[in-house]
Amino acid sequence: MTNLNTPYLGFDLSHPLIPGASPLSDTIDAVRRLEDAGAPAITLRSLFEEQIERDQMAALRAETHEQSFAEALTFFPTPQSFVFGPDEYLEHLRRVKVAVSVPVIASLNGATPGGWLEYAQLMEHAGADALELNLYRVAFDPALSSQAVEREAVEVVREVVRIVKIPVAVKLSPFYSSLSQFALQLDEAGAKGLVLFNRFYQPDIDPETLDLNRSLHLSDARELPLRLRWLGALSGQTRGSLAVSGGVHSGRDAIKAVMAGAHGVQVVSALLQHGPDHLKAMRKQMEDWMGEFEWESLEPMRGNMSLKRCPDPAAYERANYVQMLQSFRPH
Amino acid sequence: MPQARRIVVDGNEAAAAVAHRLSEVIAIYPITPSSTMGELADSWAAHGRPNLWGAVPQIMEMQSEAGAAGAVHGALQAGALATTFTASQGLLLMIPNMYKIAGELTPFCMHVAARTIATHALSIFGDHSDVMACRATGFAMLCSSSVQEAQDMAAIAHMATLRSRVPFLHFFDGFRTSHEVAKIQELSDDDLRALVSDKAIYEHRLRALTPDRPAIRGTAQNPDAFFQAREAGNLFHSACAGLVQEAMVHFGALTGRSYDLFDYVGHPEAERVIVMMGSGAETAHETIDDMVARGEKVGLVKVRLFHPFDKRAFVSALPKSARALAVLDRTKEPGAVGDPMYLEVLAALREAEEEGISAFKASPKVVGGRYGLSSKEFDPPMVKAVFANLAEGKPRNHFTVGIVDDVTHLSLPWEVELDIEPPDVKRAIFYGLGADGTVGANKNSIKIIGEETSFFTQGYFVYDSKKSGATTVSHLRFGPRPIRSAYLIKQADFVACHQFEFVDKIDVLERAAPGGVFLLNSPHGPNEVWDQLPREVQATILKKRLRFYVINAVKVARDAGMGGRINTVMQVCFFALSGVLPREEAIAEIKRAIEKTYSKRGPEVIKKNFAAVDDSLAHLYEVPVPSAVSATRGRPPIVSDRAPDFVKRVTAMMMSGKGDLLPVSAFPVDGVWPTGTAQWEKRNLAIEIPVWDAKVCIQCNQCAMVCPHAAIRAKVYPPEALKGAPSTFKSDDYRSKEMVGQKYTIQVAAEDCTGCGLCVHICPAKDRTNPRHKAIDMAPQRPLREAERENYAFFLDLPEVDRAALGRVELKTSQFLQPLFEYSGACAGCGETPYIKALTQLFGDRAMIANATGCTSIYGGNLPTTPYTTNRDGRGPAWANSLFEDNAEFGLGMRLALDAHLMQATHALQNLRGQIGGTLVAEILGGGQEDEAAIAVQRARVRELKSRLQNIQGAEARRLETMADYFVPKSVWLVGGDGWAYDIGFGGLDHVLASNRNINVLVLDTEVYSNTGGQQSKATPLGASAKFAEAGKEIPKKDLGLLAMSYGHVYVARIAFGAKMAQTIQALQEAEAYPGPSLVIAYAHCIAHGYDMVNGVDQQKLAASSGIWPLYRYDPRRVAQGQPPLHLDSGPPKTPLSEYVRNEGRFKVIEKSDPERFKRLLKNSERVTRQRYAVYQQLAGITVPLYDTAGQPAQKPAEEAK
Repeated sequence: MTNLNTPYLGFDLSHPLIPGASPLSDTIDAVRRLEDAGAPAITLRSLFEEQIERDQMAALRAETHEQSFAEALTFFPTPQSFVFGPDEYLEHLRRVKVAVSVPVIASLNGATPGGWLEYAQLMEHAGADALELNLYRVAFDPALSSQAVEREAVEVVREVVRIVKIPVAVKLSPFYSSLSQFALQLDEAGAKGLVLFNRFYQPDIDPETLDLNRSLHLSDARELPLRLRWLGALSGQTRGSLAVSGGVHSGRDAIKAVMAGAHGVQVVSALLQHGPDHLKAMRKQMEDWMGEFEWESLEPMRGNMSLKRCPDPAAYERANYVQMLQSFRPH
Repeated sequence: MPQARRIVVDGNEAAAAVAHRLSEVIAIYPITPSSTMGELADSWAAHGRPNLWGAVPQIMEMQSEAGAAGAVHGALQAGALATTFTASQGLLLMIPNMYKIAGELTPFCMHVAARTIATHALSIFGDHSDVMACRATGFAMLCSSSVQEAQDMAAIAHMATLRSRVPFLHFFDGFRTSHEVAKIQELSDDDLRALVSDKAIYEHRLRALTPDRPAIRGTAQNPDAFFQAREAGNLFHSACAGLVQEAMVHFGALTGRSYDLFDYVGHPEAERVIVMMGSGAETAHETIDDMVARGEKVGLVKVRLFHPFDKRAFVSALPKSARALAVLDRTKEPGAVGDPMYLEVLAALREAEEEGISAFKASPKVVGGRYGLSSKEFDPPMVKAVFANLAEGKPRNHFTVGIVDDVTHLSLPWEVELDIEPPDVKRAIFYGLGADGTVGANKNSIKIIGEETSFFTQGYFVYDSKKSGATTVSHLRFGPRPIRSAYLIKQADFVACHQFEFVDKIDVLERAAPGGVFLLNSPHGPNEVWDQLPREVQATILKKRLRFYVINAVKVARDAGMGGRINTVMQVCFFALSGVLPREEAIAEIKRAIEKTYSKRGPEVIKKNFAAVDDSLAHLYEVPVPSAVSATRGRPPIVSDRAPDFVKRVTAMMMSGKGDLLPVSAFPVDGVWPTGTAQWEKRNLAIEIPVWDAKVCIQCNQCAMVCPHAAIRAKVYPPEALKGAPSTFKSDDYRSKEMVGQKYTIQVAAEDCTGCGLCVHICPAKDRTNPRHKAIDMAPQRPLREAERENYAFFLDLPEVDRAALGRVELKTSQFLQPLFEYSGACAGCGETPYIKALTQLFGDRAMIANATGCTSIYGGNLPTTPYTTNRDGRGPAWANSLFEDNAEFGLGMRLALDAHLMQATHALQNLRGQIGGTLVAEILGGGQEDEAAIAVQRARVRELKSRLQNIQGAEARRLETMADYFVPKSVWLVGGDGWAYDIGFGGLDHVLASNRNINVLVLDTEVYSNTGGQQSKATPLGASAKFAEAGKEIPKKDLGLLAMSYGHVYVARIAFGAKMAQTIQALQEAEAYPGPSLVIAYAHCIAHGYDMVNGVDQQKLAASSGIWPLYRYDPRRVAQGQPPLHLDSGPPKTPLSEYVRNEGRFKVIEKSDPERFKRLLKNSERVTRQRYAVYQQLAGITVPLYDTAGQPAQKPAEEAK
């Protein structure tokens, strides 16, 4: 019997295929369907720093029309009924906790220290079993050094880890000058896991209207190699768990991720495309493959293709790039 | 007696808290200044706050006050304890039911924030004209004079009505008491339980109409029975006053606060006595205490129970020494011998004398006086003036006090400067902008001081009538004794000016006490600010030896992430400088208050507020005051020198806040005011204004179309007109095939712009090499002000486009027509005014507008300045407001008059045909009037007619001279909001639409009662949260358009300028041209929707594309052409409705408080939206079969053509 058990953020999961942060977990029904499809944990969609600040500050903006006109001192029902702030997220989290028995990972997205961090604690109080902190920052300010960006990110992690007791995973983008070093800093700051990598809304240009449009496409398997490379590089370097996010569409993809060093394999696009039951199919694909190639469990294969252990580390490194270019022949 | 809890509330809350707990059914309708009472009850009910017996009262918002009165009448008949809240016109609408309720001896108490009844003008402010109009209803009338009493008398009224079966009208002064914030002793539930008689409630229940014990009520009676039956209830009315007195005794024993039917205060052997009721009695009380302490024999009878008027109690309340009485009425009854309380007192004294119950040796002299209409100030000097009059050998009767009457000379003189307030009462005045949070912060300070110290507190807030850039003045008092000063502060120890610009506009130091503190929010630091002040301000600082402080609160707030919200910063400075509380303690309390206020809104808001608090004191500086005035400039004049005389004499005084000083002779006798005065009020509100780049501009004119304030305009003109243009005036070639060789300019009215940004938002023209730059961008106003002032003046003088030469008016050309509605006080970014402005551009020179009360009437007609104006020929919209409920009928009346005038004129014209000339007569009578060119020709004919009439003798010719202008068609518009059209005025509107007269209705649909603060109407969409629909409306919006279409003869259009401007212009023109009734329902974004108005146009687009606001035109004329009368102008829903609703606070708040409910409501709304669109789609495919006069199917024109 093949054993897919995997440790992730201190949980013993029955298999590594975790639905990632996405609209998949937006309704109780959908969350239940994921659990029925065998999800060993559920990641909720991210609550954004900007969303928290915007919603809280919206209260003040609404007030700018108040107390200024004799006939109407307010324009909305009295404030006691107004629940500003992203409290519906916490409410949803509470409901999800009641609805499912698997661990629920809440997700918080931001980059700079601020009042929004207190939501980590609120999420813990609302029942989150773990927290995924999505450090997404586009640092356009030329006055802002890469060290400062990283320092603030580490500060955020340290602060969140300080105020909550549940494990905190950090989801990263690939855009750091020295990701390995940065990962170690996060590890030291108390992160119990790293998730590689987040995917972004990308601006697109409309040449006729001269507008920027934002779009987010579903991932495909082409995005996996970048993640495999960095999983491979970090595997064995950090104390915490590693997870992959982006590009895993089949059981075979998941196997690759584990071989690169992943403890957890987050799946979103495949489930959005094929429905929650695809999780079952992926799990079966993993089992079948392992059966065929006679792997009894994941532990022995985890990291066997990492930078440390793979037969050809140069293939992960820069040499790989040179060889590829040299082997490319235009038609 | 246990110590009662002290709370800080306003009068409305004080009364409503009692009414809510003692009622089972509350039917209400919003009306200023009573709206808050209903809103609070609704909010309490929504949060499950029960009445005294554990059940949450049933709250029902009705379609009008008449409806609310009917609903409580029914509830009372069915045995419930019911209440309602109202004021002014609302109270008048309740009168018919009040007669019934009283005639049926029904225990019932209503609470009224007494407000002026509209006469020559509407006023939202306080006096007793509304309650006095109810004297004959049979209701008992109990008056409160203060916030504490508003609570206490509310309880006494409920107690007494249950005991007496006589219904009660409990009232207090609108605004002065309803909106005054004060510290009072709270009545607990236990108190109320101890006060209200269970037995009386039980008896009320037994009288309930029920099929288990059937009875019949409301019979019709004949001469044989009615009179006797009307007298049969006399004993109840006779016993009422005694039962009120008993209730007061009971109340006093329980609470320690004792009241009598008439309370006397003053010298025990007073010779001169004032009799009055309401907040003015508190001022008189305070003044009399001061006068008695100075040895004067004066006194006051405070009337509590006005009706039934207990003459025995009244006479015994008066000191026997009284030799002269002044009875003060806060109402006016022209034609009566005197005002109502005066008459009541006279009759009571006379009867008391005759019955031998009067203790006076000699009958006192009695005079009546009038004061305080529409919240006019009534202060201690005026009280003294009344006593001074009584001291005269022959005191003046029927006097007025508080105004200067130089026409009928009724007014008493008073000593303006007199101030009697004791020094241990701390007084502070704050000048702020509505948007800067000053009032909110002050209410907060009062709460802190009231709850954390032993001080008594009072806060009163004065607002101007503008909805954008409104100025607020807060008057705060703190003292060791209850504060009776029901008037504005005269001498403030602390004056804070929260906006630097005010030093040039308002005399902010007028009320500063010598030696006081002046705090100024200023962009200039302590060493620079002195040189920035005008001469007058410097002089006052020196003369009054003020200690002068500055802070750059805008910077502190901005650095703390609070945007323009300087309230917290200024509040900290107030506490630091005023010394009301120890500084550290005050700061700790402010922080506690911030946490309390914003705890539900999250840590970010709290954090930013805290940062502002912590930073404030470090940026507060005392300004070294030089020894002499050094300013070289004075305060600029209020209005330009070019303004008309009336504007300079009258309007400017009102604009500068000195309208109180205007004498009676300054005013029109009948409420008729000149139009076009908003142009003289340069408010300079915008921080940033649009700046035009002619090179990038595509000349689409959309910016001009969307501007709510007509502050950005387009003109096309001949090149030679540019001669003498200011050097910075911009112009470009006009790119058009029709108008070749012309010049084109987009010009901003820098001093009238509110800076809303709608124009920049809508501008489609981007600079291709730098798309961030558009044909108009926002730029700081201050550096541009002078140049743009000159440019705008030049622009206005450029020739107007020739209307007659324009041909068919489309979106673009419509914006070359002069707007005759400009610079109104509407909100920045208002979604209503662009329609009104377009209306005046298209038809303004011949428009008559009947305007329902609401936002449109406030920004359309609230003094001091009004926005409707005239063109160069002196023509422009003629505008009038009657009431809220009757606007359709009012407008129809205008139409009937115009039709009558035309008939008269036609008759005379035909009679004089021989003398005038047959050709001209035929041309006038047959003249086409279908477009601007034809109208211009008709105007010329009328001119010719008038000139010929000069040479024709006889009465008929003279009559025709006065009527001749009616040959040029007038365009009658009935304008109002959804509260009018869907709710209170719907019956009338329906009738008017059914009349088949040529009227045009423009409904500015904001989907809530905007003017009174966002209460739901039947236009509120499913899923939106509004007051009285806090959890989100369950029922779909009423389809007013479809109802009107069902008549078949009504032109109906649904428009949204932001979604399709061309359709808006087309629909307005079609509606006007349609010779019968037309109804145009216009989508108007509004601050009550809960988002930044700069996005209003985007939301309009989403409203149309999501299908929730389909655009259409239903034209009955198409039936005869064999076409479907309904034409859809927007496609089937294509954008998800969630995209629209998630952008607006009114929907979003439901998602925040109850996500599952939000989803359910959204789903329902999507369903209804699709269903409604499908119905329209089918209707748009239907051609109506035609029948000839014999009832036989007629051929369609198309078939005939074959």
